[in-house]
Amino acid sequence: MSGDTRDWPLYEIFIRARSGLDHKHVGSLHATDARMAIEHARDLYTRRQEGISIWAVRSTDIVASDPADADALFEPARDKIYRHPTFYDIPDEVKTL
Amino acid sequence: MSNTAQRPDAGAPQSAHCRYVLRLADTSLILAQRLGEWVGHAPAIEEDLGLANISLDLLGQARMLLAYAGELERRGRSEDDLAYLREESEYFNVTLVEQPNGDFGQTIVRQFLVDAWLHELHEHLQQSKDARLAEIAARSLKETRYHLRFSAGWMIRLGDGTAASHGRVQAALERLWPFTNELFASDEVDREMAGAGIGPAPAALQAAWSARVAAVLAEATIVMPQAASFPWFGRQGRHSEHLGYVLAEMQSLHRAHPGASW
Amino acid sequence: MYTQGLDSLGKDCLRDEAQVGGALERRFQAHIDAEDKIEPKDWMPDAYRRTLVRQISQHAHSEIVGMLPEGNWITRAPSLLRKAILIAKVQDEGGHGAYLYSATETLGVSRDELVGQLLEGKAKYSSIFNYPTPTWADVGAIGWLVDGAAIMNQIPLCRCSYGPYARAMVRICKEESFHQRQGYDIMLRLSRGTPAQKDMAQQALNRWWWPSLMMFGPPDADSKHGVQSMRWKIKRFTNDELRQKFVDFTVPQAEFLGIRVPDPQLSWDPAAGHYRHGPIDWNEFEQVLKGNGPCNRERLEARRRAHEEGRWVRDAAVAWAAKRAGSAAPRAALTLLRRNHERRYA
Repeated sequence: MSGDTRDWPLYEIFIRARSGLDHKHVGSLHATDARMAIEHARDLYTRRQEGISIWAVRSTDIVASDPADADALFEPARDKIYRHPTFYDIPDEVKTL
Repeated sequence: MSNTAQRPDAGAPQSAHCRYVLRLADTSLILAQRLGEWVGHAPAIEEDLGLANISLDLLGQARMLLAYAGELERRGRSEDDLAYLREESEYFNVTLVEQPNGDFGQTIVRQFLVDAWLHELHEHLQQSKDARLAEIAARSLKETRYHLRFSAGWMIRLGDGTAASHGRVQAALERLWPFTNELFASDEVDREMAGAGIGPAPAALQAAWSARVAAVLAEATIVMPQAASFPWFGRQGRHSEHLGYVLAEMQSLHRAHPGASW
Repeated sequence: MYTQGLDSLGKDCLRDEAQVGGALERRFQAHIDAEDKIEPKDWMPDAYRRTLVRQISQHAHSEIVGMLPEGNWITRAPSLLRKAILIAKVQDEGGHGAYLYSATETLGVSRDELVGQLLEGKAKYSSIFNYPTPTWADVGAIGWLVDGAAIMNQIPLCRCSYGPYARAMVRICKEESFHQRQGYDIMLRLSRGTPAQKDMAQQALNRWWWPSLMMFGPPDADSKHGVQSMRWKIKRFTNDELRQKFVDFTVPQAEFLGIRVPDPQLSWDPAAGHYRHGPIDWNEFEQVLKGNGPCNRERLEARRRAHEEGRWVRDAAVAWAAKRAGSAAPRAALTLLRRNHERRYA
């Protein structure tokens, strides 16, 4: 084992900035274990009170969609405009709808 | 600016209360100074940031405590007067914190031994009858909890990591262990503070400290050294050879420009 | 801080320009022209990827090496407040290095590899950090001038076409203005201080002025690859444009301090509304870049030493994690995370 050729594993870091908000991806860091990942995330990404909660996920555990599939995955939603409330014209007389 | 170097003997002797607060302040300051030496040179970027954060926390504690000590002293000395214009024998930190950084392992061992002690100390000081000190301790305790988590984590990783890291940590612990006696030794100042309900009797911290240290050492597969007996007492201004160099470096610029404002 | 004008394409990048014209390439360029961001898994020309890897990693190296000249004063900072500010500042540089390595890693290259290139002397970093910091005023001058130049360079990078780089730069820019202001604050205090302090400030300006101008990189006339970087929206302004802006901003700041910019030819051009500076010694720049600056050797040695002396620590942490086998620790943490999550919504 050598520190030369073997870097510490990569973790992706998600921070909840304030109570009520979602965790948001902020970047990555290197750590050898979960506890270290949290500590490093705290030292690296919350030096200015940027967060109140941290998630750390091994980068290799993240499954991502392929940009090449973007059309197949996301285009079909585009023409279903009837899903949006603004699609419907409701007479002004009708209230609280 | 009161940078005119007033000596402690220039006025009334420092009260035990002032002395006690200076001991706490100097311990935080010297450890912060030692950790500051690491910045830019740690084993990984993330560790560099971690050590710097601990240094910053300790420096913040030292500043609050020095300002308070200055008030208790009643000679108009500011935090900087106290930090930069006192000599070795006027510094009252525990001898352990002035020990050199050595390698990362030695730094971690020193940090862990001190963190575990400060953790108990701050817990007790929260109940101090001195409201100011209780408030500072309550703030510091949150930081100390994190420091302890950090240093204990590294004790375990290094102790139970490779044969090489195990050997280094065991050696560092044996080198530093003799300085832990002082953490629990009492003198007149301690007794007066304990009597007044301002600070705990040092010995009262020992059981919890030992239990915590023993638990972490066990997980780190490190053997606790035999108790050594040399009575270091940096808290009375009797230091190892290292503090003089720490202060020479820390104070050089400030002392070269008497009365200057920075 | 920032890496200067090193953001040029290497020779290896030029070959790929032959690829220009392919359908993928056209679509890629259309995205960029539409100010869309390129993300890690998107198709990109090899030359774009290599340019980014080079530029971002040089930037990261610069942050890490840049910790050294200022770190030199942490133990001697003249007040406890200045000490705290300086530790926080140098720590930020380390953080910036980490964000940037993280951005580079999204391009499929490991930090280990990049750090290896730095330590072997194969990678470049900003030449400015090869100058020494003999006095406290140098810490002030670096914050004021070097970080000032960095901000000038970095703000446009927040709009860089590569998403992870742009996002890292947004974070960095937010933190950087503290750096510049603390530097100017040091200079302000010195220039209003004792004659010795004022002299210290003047000497530091003398030392850092020209190297700061060099940070923007070679003049546009000599910068062969700027055009492609501009087209890819990796770069938004030319070296000379940014340099001019820096001079225009900085000269009045020096006047306010009451210290002299060390350029006898410096003059105000009322017609153009710009300060005109004298010629820059590009020979010095080349020499420092080649490794012959005052502190090149020391800086790299310090990084190598930290790396070597830290090896056993990094190895131990890896070994320990492996012992807690089957990655029990991460799994336990995840379970815990999920449990907390459920509790929150229960």
